[in-house]
Amino acid sequence: MLTLTCPCCGIRAEETELAPGGEAHLKRFGPGASDEDFESYLFARKNPKGVHFERWRHAYGCGKWFLAARCTATLEVFGTYKAQNPHPTPEIVAAIRAKRPDWTPDWTETSPAESLTE
Amino acid sequence: MAEALAHIREITDLGMIQIRADLTEAGAAITKAAAIPLPGPTSTTTNGSRRLCWMSPDELLLVLPQAELAAALAELTTALAGQHVLVLDVSDMRAAFAIEGGRADQVLAKLSPTDLAAMPADGMRRSRAAQVACGFWRQEGGFVLIGFRSVADYLRGLLDNAARAGTGLDPR
Ligand SMILES: [Zn+2]
Repeated sequence: MLTLTCPCCGIRAEETELAPGGEAHLKRFGPGASDEDFESYLFARKNPKGVHFERWRHAYGCGKWFLAARCTATLEVFGTYKAQNPHPTPEIVAAIRAKRPDWTPDWTETSPAESLTE
Repeated sequence: MAEALAHIREITDLGMIQIRADLTEAGAAITKAAAIPLPGPTSTTTNGSRRLCWMSPDELLLVLPQAELAAALAELTTALAGQHVLVLDVSDMRAAFAIEGGRADQVLAKLSPTDLAAMPADGMRRSRAAQVACGFWRQEGGFVLIGFRSVADYLRGLLDNAARAGTGLDPR
């Protein structure tokens, strides 16, 4: 059983109270994009064995979307964070590194201008 | 073990007003117009016959007797005029049940994946009852559970069955 704490309301929600939304932090490629970018936006997923970032919705609760970091092999949850973050937060990265010292982020730091406001 | 775990009673005179707003901006006006303090996340506040429930970061539910509904709706609508908010009478959309008795928590525990022991006295929990969405809060002697009226019969059946005599969760 998977239990995720919703960062929007603080409830420790059980898996059946949540709706899964697939991989998190996808960059949208829409009108004007190349066929390759559009195809990869629609279909290419990391599907790792290990650390994974996912979208979840607190469907039987506050109704908000949020993001979660967990391990697909052990189902261990490293943490949850708000959907407005363009990348996993430093706290999430630290929590993962504490448990998986060999793991390193595969994104590059962005300028503050790229982050979204709530 | 011949006694039911709790008494299930449908509440038919409950008025409900849904309020959707940016609570940091409209909170003060809502508090004043509804004459009730603003609840914190996942909690409720009360004032006499009224209860204000925190439903989500941008949603509140004002629960009050039907007789007070029209006046409260008008007060809120006037107080929030011009703001980007929704104030709506949702009484007819909902069904409400009182779950009263010594083992009311066991009835809910069978139906919802909620840690009831950790739910505070003024807590508001949105969850599911078996296959349908619901919300509940504590009230003298047990809980009040609300759900959609379209599934009221289903909820009634669930609650009656979960409260059946001889189905307690205590170790024998
Ligand atoms: Zn939530």
